[in-house]
Amino acid sequence: MLNSPGGSLHLPSILTRFVVFSVLSVALMMLDHRGQHLEKIRAGLSVVFYPLQIAAALPARTGAAIMDFIGGDRALREKYQRLNDERPLLLAKLEKFEALEAENNHLRSLLGSAERIAERAVVAELIEVSQEPFTRKIVIAKGSSDKLYVGQPIIDAYGIMGQITQVGILQSQATLITDPDHAIPVQVSRNGLRAIVFGTGERDGLAVRYLTSSADIRVGDTLISSGMGGTFPFGYPVAVVSHIVNDPNESFLDISARPVAHLGHNKEVLLIWPTRPTQSSPAPKVDAKTSGAKNARKPQ
Amino acid sequence: MNNITRSRLVIATTFLVAILLSILPGPDWAEQFRPNWVALVLIYWCMATPQRVGVGTGWVVGLVMDVLYGSLLGQQALAKTVLAFLTLKLHLQLRMFPRWQQAVSVLVLIASNHLLILWVKSLVGQSPASWTYWTPSIVSMLIWPWLFVILRDVRRRWHVS
Repeated sequence: MLNSPGGSLHLPSILTRFVVFSVLSVALMMLDHRGQHLEKIRAGLSVVFYPLQIAAALPARTGAAIMDFIGGDRALREKYQRLNDERPLLLAKLEKFEALEAENNHLRSLLGSAERIAERAVVAELIEVSQEPFTRKIVIAKGSSDKLYVGQPIIDAYGIMGQITQVGILQSQATLITDPDHAIPVQVSRNGLRAIVFGTGERDGLAVRYLTSSADIRVGDTLISSGMGGTFPFGYPVAVVSHIVNDPNESFLDISARPVAHLGHNKEVLLIWPTRPTQSSPAPKVDAKTSGAKNARKPQ
Repeated sequence: MNNITRSRLVIATTFLVAILLSILPGPDWAEQFRPNWVALVLIYWCMATPQRVGVGTGWVVGLVMDVLYGSLLGQQALAKTVLAFLTLKLHLQLRMFPRWQQAVSVLVLIASNHLLILWVKSLVGQSPASWTYWTPSIVSMLIWPWLFVILRDVRRRWHVS
């Protein structure tokens, strides 16, 4: 079993290979970090490994299918009952909402500003969650064949979940708002105070940064997307302020918030295609971070 | 099927299983206790069959992980290259070690592997600031003795050499 006669165990050769492959890796990282040259390669490779992802998702799916089969009937009945109960309520709300939307559009046209039209939305199945530790990313089963684009917002029934960061052909990767690399421009729904919500890498942890102690923000405030930067549409709930620490030694408040979207419980997510305001110039495609940083320097 | 082809097939299969185990979706809280399966399997084969599995295998497997994780392309590849290299350098000592000492060496190897990834991450500006970053290394150490036995049986059963 030890050294085969071929003798590929010479140390210099191992060292040479080590150096070659290390240099190759570093070159790849630099290319990937600097530019978009590798996106095509990555998209191609991710198609090759798509079966692996499907295989990995199989046990969970089968489990869910079996559970459905065993307890399916009663659960379905209950679900049906619940949905049936909810329906009249939602319909009533929707009626009011439609009236409000019409009124809103009318007022906006009086003001001469751009209208917001209902966004197009598509449901996508979630096939993989957060594989790499301490990043908050998910993989969904829709790709460029469904006209997804990088920077596209994803939401669930409760609020904003994140945005698409890599588009493959059959699947795409989205970064959740809790990812430490993610930032989203928001405003306090109570008074319109603008802020930026950063991810922390923890499951339910968000941080609101760069607000001074004079800022009017309280525990329990709902933060909605402000639409600045053009990545996220205006008005979707993002987070609820859960904790505020005012340390006089620090120049900014230490504010924690909890995401409103159910980031850990969804099997499906909603993709939306926000309609850009028609009258203003098309929003530049900047990511949330840069646009957020811009807002931060001129606080209200 | 001759011996070399069969060995390659068996080794590839174990890597495939390791990769599947590391992308298997699980509950969120369990994420920090997931051992680094791929690194463990890589260490085993580098130690047991250094003439089959080496730096190149590490690089390829790392690249696959990069694609599946969606991380910076080359990040895991570099880490696995270094891991394979260190294990190859140490493989004769590792074979002689008693099991617990082996497990401690595995802890050091995998922790250095994670440290390297941490460096790369902080270079590109995304460092996870949490102590739970290190729990996978410790879990990997605890898993090692059992995984060693399983992989040794696999190696003997199919005469991998």
